[in-house]
Amino acid sequence: MPQQVPRLIAVFVVALAALIGARMALVPDTFGDLGHYRAAAVDSITAHPKKYAGHAECSLCHGPIAEQRLTSNHRTVTCEVCHGPAAQHTTAPMDIKPTAPRERGLCPLCHSYNPSRPTGFPQIDEVAHNPLTPCITCHDPHAPEPPEVPEECSACHGQIARQKAVSHHTNLQCTVCHEAREEHKVNPRANRPSKPVQRSFCGVCHAQDDLSGERIPQIDLRSHGEPYMCWQCHYPHRPESG
Amino acid sequence: MTVPEQPETVTEGERATDGAVDRRQFLTEALNVAAGAAPLVILGVVRIPAAGAQEAAGAVDQDEHNYAMGIDVNKCIGCARCVVACKTENDVPDDPEFFNTWIERYVIRPNGEVEVDSPNGGIDGFPPLDEETDLRRSFFVPKLCNHCASPPCVQVCPVGATFTTVDGVVLVDDEYCIGCRYCIQACPYGARWMHPEKHVAAKCTFCYHRVVDGLVPACVEVCPTGARIFGEVERLATPLARFMRFNDVQVLKPHLNTRPKAYYANLDGEVR
Ligand code: HEC
Ligand code: HEC
Ligand code: HEC
Ligand code: HEC
Ligand code: HEC
Ligand code: HEC
Ligand code: HEC
Ligand code: HEC
Repeated sequence: MPQQVPRLIAVFVVALAALIGARMALVPDTFGDLGHYRAAAVDSITAHPKKYAGHAECSLCHGPIAEQRLTSNHRTVTCEVCHGPAAQHTTAPMDIKPTAPRERGLCPLCHSYNPSRPTGFPQIDEVAHNPLTPCITCHDPHAPEPPEVPEECSACHGQIARQKAVSHHTNLQCTVCHEAREEHKVNPRANRPSKPVQRSFCGVCHAQDDLSGERIPQIDLRSHGEPYMCWQCHYPHRPESG
Repeated sequence: MTVPEQPETVTEGERATDGAVDRRQFLTEALNVAAGAAPLVILGVVRIPAAGAQEAAGAVDQDEHNYAMGIDVNKCIGCARCVVACKTENDVPDDPEFFNTWIERYVIRPNGEVEVDSPNGGIDGFPPLDEETDLRRSFFVPKLCNHCASPPCVQVCPVGATFTTVDGVVLVDDEYCIGCRYCIQACPYGARWMHPEKHVAAKCTFCYHRVVDGLVPACVEVCPTGARIFGEVERLATPLARFMRFNDVQVLKPHLNTRPKAYYANLDGEVR
């Protein structure tokens, strides 16, 4: 055997030992057991204490309130949204009690008017709606009722109403263009109002041969904007020309 | 040596499965097969997956979970109770730059200009719009970690401190993270942040500590309108499966091929 080979082997053995040693020192326990990570990390993450108990938990001891909420308008609003995290309360109910937010501040978080909120979500003007009185004097937080059916379309279609108010169509009632049955205000999605479907609908006022006598800008219904529907170019709640 | 049976690969384009073979797994197994792999195995440079470990999971145990979240933009009222609940549940510092989840308000002006804001994540409400009538449309979009099936953050981590669990949740190992911030840079959704005290990367965990006990994440628990739906992909009869069947769902930045698992319904074309 040439002399170099044993030396080379020795070098390799030392390098190998160093590599194994370094690996054992550097790679943490449980690394690679499940994948390219420390399996023990999963355990320490799942050991994180819970702060929110979950609504199912509350009904064990607060049966009546939980049941009342389930059939009310707040059936999708869970207990801890208003009462705050209450996991500790469920294990020591007499010692640690969640707060009951009785001031006016809580409800407007969800109910104050905001044009970015989706159509139909019940909203109020916080400043004008029965000021200085806590909301819970009139509404039960666990089963709030809209005390009566709103009269105005704007109660739910605030954004459209506000746009129309500053438009050329400000004097047109919603019902000129939409036939809305009373039931729409109670169960809106099941009783949808009508919407115009034909160009001739707008032509009633805007066609050149309309003789209503009012100062209404007029177009040639046969050629203007053909073949599109008028509302594909003009937003009907805030029509603009040019 | 035989090639291990391939788990089923991805079935539907964007949707994530835990059956997909990722690059690391492929390389690992290719190396295992390759001649001369034995010394590497002895050295521990390459590990043969232990029985029941992640590599085998997709093929063997079809009952494993694959968690994901659905978000119905049409239902979000921007109350930000989810942001508050998340901060409380996960001990996220109060400072207005640390969020696991946050609410963005989109305002689209009549000329098509898009404005997005999220003051303190939405916790303190949103300032009134200056010219409210000067508005084409406006809505809220909840954002969070997308728990991507091909997460760029996991790929860039130099030490293996961030990882995907067997059930599809992307987590950070607090004790092992070296705080190099690569993952924060790599996340296209801005979902990661540097913990100011622990000096490690932090992010949404899908409230993994709740989920393993059968509870929903804190943000889902408190959402008053059901805008957030938690469940599993490709499992029948979870609320999320139903949500995905009945809605035309989209994901954020699909062109990046991260295969996100936050599925949005009624998402406006302007949302980034
Ligand atoms: C193990 C039983 C138990 C569970 C579970 C439980 N509670 Fe209670 N809770 C009590 C008791 C007992 C009281 C005290 C009643 C009293 O003071 O008269 C109480 C009081 C309260 C109060 C009133 C505090 C006040 O200022 O008057 C609130 C609010 C409340 N609980 C909310 C919750 C919520 C939310 C949950 C679910 C996360 C929950 N509780 C779960 C037993 C329970
Ligand atoms: C919309 C917010 C809201 C939700 C949701 C809510 N609560 Fe309350 N809760 C309140 C307010 C406000 C009070 C104070 C009522 C009062 O003083 O008249 C209260 C009072 C209570 C009290 C004190 C006893 C009483 O009747 O005065 C208990 C107990 C309670 N809530 C339990 C629950 C439980 C359990 C749930 C879930 C099933 C729940 N709450 C959901 C707002 C809420
Ligand atoms: C976390 C959000 C949230 C909070 C806080 C909240 N609500 Fe609600 N509220 C809702 C949701 C969601 C509905 C159901 C809306 C729907 O049916 O579309 C609702 C419905 C209502 C309704 C019925 C309105 C209607 O026209 O159907 C009233 C009244 C009401 N809430 C009053 C209150 C009062 C009073 C408080 C404070 C004690 C309060 N809410 C706190 C979310 C909230
Ligand atoms: C003095 C009693 C009173 C107080 C206090 C009060 N409300 Fe009302 N609320 C009513 C009445 C009456 C209606 C129905 C008529 C209307 O729409 O104004 C109503 C309607 C509502 C509606 C339904 C609106 C809709 O369009 O469906 C909501 C939501 C509401 N209130 C929330 C609140 C909130 C939040 C507070 C506290 C900031 C509050 N209310 C305080 C009496 C009250
Ligand atoms: C109680 C709240 C409420 C009131 C009051 C209300 N609406 Fe609606 N309206 C809704 C909701 C919710 C929708 C469904 C919105 C959606 O699906 O996006 C709707 C939808 C509509 C639509 C669209 C229908 C469609 O097929 O797209 C029209 C038009 C409409 N409403 C007109 C009116 C008019 C006109 C009035 C007044 C007479 C009125 N609404 C009053 C809640 C209301
Ligand atoms: C000049 C006729 C006209 C008037 C007045 C009018 N609308 Fe409309 N509205 C329309 C037309 C046309 C559409 C269909 C638009 C489309 O399909 O793109 C429509 C659509 C709607 C929709 C469906 C959602 C949307 O924005 O497209 C709602 C809701 C609605 N109108 C509510 C109202 C309310 C509330 C009022 C009163 C404040 C009102 N409209 C006044 C013509 C009108
Ligand atoms: C009941 C009659 C009536 C109907 C129906 C009607 N409009 Fe109008 N419209 C008017 C009046 C009146 C004005 C002008 C008001 C003013 O500025 O003095 C007007 C103004 C306009 C303008 C603005 C023109 C300008 O000078 O800038 C447009 C565009 C328009 N309407 C489009 C429509 C469309 C589209 C429809 C169908 C969805 C429609 N209108 C239905 C009465 C009507
Ligand atoms: C292809 C798009 C398009 C369609 C569809 C369309 N318009 Fe127009 N409209 C315009 C434009 C652009 C103007 C402004 C330039 C002009 O006067 O021709 C205008 C102007 C108008 C004006 C104002 C005319 C004036 O003298 O100030 C009225 C009123 C009007 N349109 C009504 C309608 C009605 C009613 C319909 C449906 C029968 C309709 N438009 C369909 C694009 C359209």
